[in-house]
Amino acid sequence: MKGGVKDWPLRLFLALALPSVLLAVWWFASDDSTDVYWPPLRTILTAFPDVWTGDRLREDVLPSVLRLSAGYACAAAAGVGLGTLIGSHRRVRAVCEPALEFVRAVPPPVLVPVIMLFAGIGDTMKIAVIAAGCVWPILLNTVEGVRSLDAVMSETARSYGITGVARLRHLVLPAAGPQIFAGLRQALSIGIILMVISEMFAADNGLGFTIVQFQRGFAIADMWTGILLLGLLGFALSVLFHTVERRVLGWYHGLRDATRRSS
Amino acid sequence: MQALLDVSGLRKVYEGSGRRVEALRDLTFSVDAGELVCLVGPSGCGKTTLLKCVGGLLAPTGGEVRLGGRPVTAPPPGMAVVFQEYGRSLFPWMRVRENVELPLRQKRLDAGRRRELVADALESVGLADAAGAYPWQLSGGMQQRVAIARALAYEPEVLLMDEPFAAVDAQTRADLEDLVRGLWQQRGITILFVTHDIDEAVYLGERVLVLSSSPTVVQEELRVDLPSGRDQLHTRVSPRFAELRTHVYEQVQAAKRGAPGVPWQRGVPLHKDTVSDTPPSPTG
Repeated sequence: MKGGVKDWPLRLFLALALPSVLLAVWWFASDDSTDVYWPPLRTILTAFPDVWTGDRLREDVLPSVLRLSAGYACAAAAGVGLGTLIGSHRRVRAVCEPALEFVRAVPPPVLVPVIMLFAGIGDTMKIAVIAAGCVWPILLNTVEGVRSLDAVMSETARSYGITGVARLRHLVLPAAGPQIFAGLRQALSIGIILMVISEMFAADNGLGFTIVQFQRGFAIADMWTGILLLGLLGFALSVLFHTVERRVLGWYHGLRDATRRSS
Repeated sequence: MQALLDVSGLRKVYEGSGRRVEALRDLTFSVDAGELVCLVGPSGCGKTTLLKCVGGLLAPTGGEVRLGGRPVTAPPPGMAVVFQEYGRSLFPWMRVRENVELPLRQKRLDAGRRRELVADALESVGLADAAGAYPWQLSGGMQQRVAIARALAYEPEVLLMDEPFAAVDAQTRADLEDLVRGLWQQRGITILFVTHDIDEAVYLGERVLVLSSSPTVVQEELRVDLPSGRDQLHTRVSPRFAELRTHVYEQVQAAKRGAPGVPWQRGVPLHKDTVSDTPPSPTG
């Protein structure tokens, strides 16, 4: 953390500069808009606290976030688990890889109607959709991370009798960590998209559902507040993710900085 | 007295994608308890293959390795390896202390004993202060000291070192050589040290085994009769050191020349005083 304290006001300024400019541009460009579909930002911001009351947050945002978390957690567990299995065994990989590449190429939103057929339109369907979409980047990145395990590290572990569960825990998973997190990051944005889409198809609550309701009722300013809230939610999740990643992969960032400095 | 480490008729043939490479032809030697033996040979003579076979990391095509009388088929608990690539041998997600401790946890030693061994090992390589650092925060030489500490803490019967100092600068290298000599003398451990550096082999070893080019046999065995108290300044300029290194150098050169394009037709290798007493094993 060299000079971390000294330059944090600068970093905060840099981080906030562009969003402020964009908001200002939006504000002034839309200020005298009479277009029904592009209400002034002033109107949207005024509507925001009226629309997103405590009740709304509890009844629409919370269920969305819970479904996202459940789907994402399932995808992470399945992706890392299966990915480790596939990545560790050359034979399994040879069998699975073509099928995986195919399934991965299917755009996740088309799964919504399919999954609706057997999972109904309840929470199960939405969680299944989110999990089914999120699992691929996690799975494929885990496979790649586990597969590219360094030969010298692997031999070191073997020569010191580090095998089985200990090998998985102390060698394979940490070594694949950077790749796994790359997959988790991709999966997070896919998860948010699927959370909204699954609620637009069939739901009686949730952020996606509410936005569609506003649109159908021509409550355009309210609809825009929902879109803003989605953006804020995505941003908050991304910050949270970043914080967790920095903690878990602290060693990796340090190692990378050290390598960069010396070369 | 039975040797601690016994390598007899060791042979390794790599086969794959239509190519057949005979890396080791017939290697026989032994290391007694408490000895420091250096293996030296020309580049590409299969030193690493040999060490991996000895360490149980690679299954030989023929022949046998015995540690304390028991055949080695997998990495035995009585052996520790220090690899050349220190940067890839230490786990970057663990601090120095955890790196040294991890193998001990696998040995199911209790926490107190582990702490003792780790502290003692780090102390003896001069890194007691670095226990809380990550390996990548240390210089190359220090990282290799950590790898040595990890091996020491493991309390092996035999310590295998695979060109451990090939990737560090000359001064660090000299320091590490003295460290290994010192540890060997203080702790009475048994070390099998592989190197391509002739001076290093003569400076460190009590015995030097000169390997031929691939397919490898033991070309010569040489007892180093330098005094046991050695130091970089005086030992390396002593006339006896010069004689020994010249002799080993000649042997390595002969080994290189003795490897024409078709090693199969080379007849009997130059066994002068090798310990080899078994014919090339015909297994395959």
